[in-house]
Amino acid sequence: MNTLFYSLVLLAGILLVVAYLTWLERKFAGRMQSRIGPQRVGKPWGLLQPIADGAKLLVKEDIIPQATDKTAYNLAPIVVILATTLVFVTIPLGKSVVLVDLNVGVLFILAISSLALIGIFMAGWGSANKYAILSAMRGVNQLISYEIPLVLACLVPVILAGSMKLSSIVLAQSKVWFIFYPFLGQIAFLIFLVSALAEANRIPFDITEAESELIAGYTVEYSGMKFAFLWLAEYIHLLAVSLVGSILFLGGWNGPWLPSGLWLALKTLLLFLLILWIRWSLVRIRLDQILALSWKVLFPLSLATLILAGGWSFIF
Amino acid sequence: MAEYITVLVFFLVILVFVLGTLFLARLLRAQKYESMKKDTYECGEEPAQAGLERFHVGYYLVALVFVIFDVEVIFLFPWAVHSKSLGLWAFLEVVLFIGILFLGWVYAYRKGNLEWK
Repeated sequence: MNTLFYSLVLLAGILLVVAYLTWLERKFAGRMQSRIGPQRVGKPWGLLQPIADGAKLLVKEDIIPQATDKTAYNLAPIVVILATTLVFVTIPLGKSVVLVDLNVGVLFILAISSLALIGIFMAGWGSANKYAILSAMRGVNQLISYEIPLVLACLVPVILAGSMKLSSIVLAQSKVWFIFYPFLGQIAFLIFLVSALAEANRIPFDITEAESELIAGYTVEYSGMKFAFLWLAEYIHLLAVSLVGSILFLGGWNGPWLPSGLWLALKTLLLFLLILWIRWSLVRIRLDQILALSWKVLFPLSLATLILAGGWSFIF
Repeated sequence: MAEYITVLVFFLVILVFVLGTLFLARLLRAQKYESMKKDTYECGEEPAQAGLERFHVGYYLVALVFVIFDVEVIFLFPWAVHSKSLGLWAFLEVVLFIGILFLGWVYAYRKGNLEWK
């Protein structure tokens, strides 16, 4: 019974935080472009904007084009949101604030979150639309290309901590955070950040959504609540990336004075703002450049980092 | 095992939430039938051909390279967890393993499989 209650609390918390992350992104984008951002709905700073968006999408008409493959089309948003949200079951949100601390934590997160690409491909294929299928092919291509550097970068904290349990990884950083290990930490974090950006389809890797050529990619035929779920899943994924990144490399909830949950929240927010900053500063890069970056630079670099991490754990 | 029951409970909670919201949306939303709405979107023009066309073979090559390397990455997990206790020999074996992987990468590079054509 407790499990059910805490699951509900966790899901509600995720949705609330993600709703306000979308608000934050819009405000941040506004500031980057010398605008104000949302301000009309909810008087101080447009604080009710995410709720208004949700209510609007809830009552929107659901248009399913004739040509779609109904099964794949209708299942896709459900698959995507399940895959992106399920990883939170093992992510600690503070010292011993976790639903279940799996001993295969890192592997579980990597395995479950990469299932989202099946949902993305289902969305593209099911839509039977040229833009959508192009976007889905590109998305799968990009996701599998960056999967290997991401996994190898996530292995570095695992090697240094000697465990895949996220709480043990944080415990291993109680003296020095992994990002402060000379060379090793910074390179691994950089590989993690770049691959995670690509996995989240963010600029500079957003060729799957490319508004100016593919309209909105695989979401083009979706409307109403199904569109909302595809869009929500993106932000949930981003939140998971920021959380996992701060747990694996930035020392998790370790820090002086403040309570553990607050430290983790601060680091997560910092990482999320960094991702936003990158998004609103850079331009989109081409498909061949994306593939070259992954296979010719990040892959050999991550293998070298792995050997370095192995040697480090063996010597010290 | 009990741990995975918690995972299952969370899975079901998400599933019920998603399906419940979709059902709620079905009750609340406006639905006005019009035949034009059922067309596939193509910038307002009539769709030229079927949506599902042939795609570039390059995607397939990337997927092949991915399968080869991803399977090998999985073998690194058990070593990664116990690298401290396994000691020098295990480390040298992993270096050898990664060396062979790297040779495979060099082969794919020289063959031009990593280029987008």
